[in-house]
Amino acid sequence: MNINEITSWIVSFLILVGSLLSLLSAFGILRLPDVYTRSHAATKAATLGVICILSGAFLYFWVFQGYVSARLLLGILFVFVTAPVAGHLICRAAYRSKVPLWEKSVQDDLKKVLTKEDYQHQAEN
Amino acid sequence: MKINDVILQTVTKAVSFIILTFSVFLFFAGHNNPGGGFIGGLMTASGLVLLYLAYDIETMKSVIPIDYKKLAAVGLFLAVATGIGSFLFKVPFLSHTFAYKYLPILGKTELATVLIFDLGVYFTVIGVTMTIILTIGEDE
Repeated sequence: MNINEITSWIVSFLILVGSLLSLLSAFGILRLPDVYTRSHAATKAATLGVICILSGAFLYFWVFQGYVSARLLLGILFVFVTAPVAGHLICRAAYRSKVPLWEKSVQDDLKKVLTKEDYQHQAEN
Repeated sequence: MKINDVILQTVTKAVSFIILTFSVFLFFAGHNNPGGGFIGGLMTASGLVLLYLAYDIETMKSVIPIDYKKLAAVGLFLAVATGIGSFLFKVPFLSHTFAYKYLPILGKTELATVLIFDLGVYFTVIGVTMTIILTIGEDE
């Protein structure tokens, strides 16, 4: 096996895994019960899927076209940094606007902290 | 309830650097690749809007004390001035030219006067976009 054949296997593996992860994340959004678990599926699996697909494209252009695309590297970095923060912000907005958790959830640590803050706030005024 | 924006603000600090750098890259790439003044200006404006989202308008006004209406006017002036400048060389309105120069780091570079026109488009797009968004945002 020469280098081109090995790379084509790696590229196809990366792109296939990326698309499968995106598909899994779509199933997660459909099947999971509430906002928080859905965002768990949407941010993690979809981010890794997009990163895999972009890495496959980067490797393809690098080996077969001889073109090192800095934009793809920047895109990988950008998605890696921003997608979890977007998920965090959406979840936080949902929690602060009192979207209920799934009825079978057993633990809610943030509630104690937030209500304590509310008490202190009322005590100060 | 005190809102703690530390994650958003920290990530914004890093990400707005990437966005603004990439917008400058798009602006210079416009001659031979996809890109140009319009999309570069829009991307700079979106990076600025991200900063405005993470911090408040008063902080941003003290950090970037630019009147965006004046920026749009400067952009229009640059675009018209490159057009009028062609009269100095006795050629029709908006005629452009280019030359090859040796710059210190970049080596042989094609310098075109279209770049100044594009800079005008860039400033105008930033100015108009930010004026629209800030006017809506400041409405009470």
